[in-house]
Amino acid sequence: MNIWDRQHECMPREELEQLQLERLQATLNRVYKNVSCYRNKFNAAGIIPEDIQSLADLSRLPFTEKEDLRLNYPYGMFAVPLREVVRIHSSSGTTGKPTVVGYTRHDLDTWSNLVSRFMTAAGVTHDDVVQIAFGYGLFTGAFGLHYGTEMIGASVIPMSGGNTDKQIMIMQDYKTSVLVCTPSYALTIADRMEKLGVKPQDLSLRVGLFGGEPWSEEMRRQIEERLHIVATDNYGLSEVMGPGIAGDCLQKCGMHIFEDHFIPEIIDPQTCEVLPPGSVGELVLTSLTKEAFPMIRYRTRDITRLDYAPCACGRTLVRMQKTMGRSDDMLIIKGVNVFPTQIEEILFQVEGCEPHYQLVIERIDNVDRLEVQVEVNESIFFDEMKRQREFVLAVEKRLANALGIGVKVKLVEPSSILRSEGKAQRVVDRRIM
Amino acid sequence: MELLKLKNINTYYNAVHALKNVSLHLGRGEIVTLIGANGAGKTTLLNTLSAVTPARTGEILYDQQRIEGCEPERIVELGISQVPEGRQVFKPLTVEDNLELGAYLRFRRRESRKVIRADLEEMYLLFPRLRERRKQLAGTLSGGEQQMLAIGRALMAKPKVLLLDEPSMGLAPLVVQEIFGVIAALCRDKGTSILLVEQNAKAALKLADRGYVLETGKVILSGVASELLDNPEVQRAYLGKEKKEIWEN
Repeated sequence: MNIWDRQHECMPREELEQLQLERLQATLNRVYKNVSCYRNKFNAAGIIPEDIQSLADLSRLPFTEKEDLRLNYPYGMFAVPLREVVRIHSSSGTTGKPTVVGYTRHDLDTWSNLVSRFMTAAGVTHDDVVQIAFGYGLFTGAFGLHYGTEMIGASVIPMSGGNTDKQIMIMQDYKTSVLVCTPSYALTIADRMEKLGVKPQDLSLRVGLFGGEPWSEEMRRQIEERLHIVATDNYGLSEVMGPGIAGDCLQKCGMHIFEDHFIPEIIDPQTCEVLPPGSVGELVLTSLTKEAFPMIRYRTRDITRLDYAPCACGRTLVRMQKTMGRSDDMLIIKGVNVFPTQIEEILFQVEGCEPHYQLVIERIDNVDRLEVQVEVNESIFFDEMKRQREFVLAVEKRLANALGIGVKVKLVEPSSILRSEGKAQRVVDRRIM
Repeated sequence: MELLKLKNINTYYNAVHALKNVSLHLGRGEIVTLIGANGAGKTTLLNTLSAVTPARTGEILYDQQRIEGCEPERIVELGISQVPEGRQVFKPLTVEDNLELGAYLRFRRRESRKVIRADLEEMYLLFPRLRERRKQLAGTLSGGEQQMLAIGRALMAKPKVLLLDEPSMGLAPLVVQEIFGVIAALCRDKGTSILLVEQNAKAALKLADRGYVLETGKVILSGVASELLDNPEVQRAYLGKEKKEIWEN
């Protein structure tokens, strides 16, 4: 299997840690000098860059939160004068107002290289034709993949998001071999292809690079089966760089984090304590090479787990599990932590359930109630009410067993849940807190 | 593979904190340059490595071995030789005497004179000008020749790591080119690892594989040399400027 940057992706851990320490210390010296937000935060915590003498000392530094970015809107967190910035992007605004991020010429080069790493790890080569169905614009997703594709030397189709019929037409006519989009949109495409009578085996499609939202292993299996492709996950967020922070190799056993450029930590989202290796918690990232917009201990709000065991692909980089949701959209229902992906995983295992669902949470008489609305295919709309009832009960039981709380399941007709062309809206929380 | 590895080096001149938490590494057969303005701590770092100005705290690993407590002569014995700033050749001695002094520890270890003699020959091959002037007093040499002599003297100790302090200082561009050519050849042909301190950042970054930018005793940037070459942060470090305004004039 190809590796884009063998020297760094397969580096012995001892060497990697020295490189990380050097880069971390230089980054801290630079942000302390150039970014008043960090200088003030460090001063308030009584810390100067020289106090950080090991990677473990990183945990002594204050976190950076989305709120810090908003307070310093638009350019307050930049570490270089604007004239050295060649690109400005904005977070996709999953929650709240967008935040502004910048890149120097060298940052763009680093970014392209890191995207090339995970594209190569997913099996993309210069012979591929890559259709990018992420929206082009302020969002980093499309541009990140675009640069990676060009750097690898594959052909890029900058299709942008939406217009599913045209996506499919281009896929057929241009012989697209790699599809880039959100996993939920991949399923929307699969649905539409079915309706149009387009068979995936007649396409040239062979690899999918999906990101931008959490998705489960079951969803991967469905996408792979329905589109006849290898479906890989990749991870990134605009505030830290965009795509290119981590990505699957073909072992598909977790996304390798490019640790020579980012240090990951896992914390308890409530207590903010750093958790031991292998724990599930919120991912915190520190950038090591970014020039225009360095990030120190950014709270991603994404819930995952890190695995330091060696990977069969030969990369020595730590692997992060598929994100299980966000600590800020982690649902607390009747005091129990529930992630939408947990529910998704179970629904996908049930024969007859479609991969489209929505979670509706209400509070009735001070008691939380979770309703899972799930589309079922026609075969399940039994004439007999009794059989339908049994089916619902069976699904409810499986969900209750897995989540530890009672769940109400409601079957809805195929295609009745609003389809996304970007990130799927999975949760409707009607509770008034 | 790393040959030399520094972690959190802090060096003081009495109360003056000259190196603040410096961490860096040098790979086998690599040319790494330390660049930065006057007083950034570049020479101090080399002097710390050669134990002339030992670090107060921090770790120095050479070939997996801790060496931060070693005496200067032990450092030379282990294979780290320094070419000091301003050449510092022994001016009243001949060129050949200077070169032989570079092998002082080898003589003391009773290494075969024949082998040392052969190394001397090699120095003359590397720097034909030194052969021409071998009976001449070092003080009568030109600046460029003195620099060659200083490098030759350090090489006579058969180092694995060569520490070079401002070899281009005060030399004409053509002479600098010649000396840098020899440094590149040493690395390429002999696999000698080189840590090069330079004020002439442009020339140094063109020669080196990687670079570290020092500013007031701290590393503020590191990376592939060719990428540092046009990095504005490097210029800021030289001018001792901070990024004060986003709309900088």
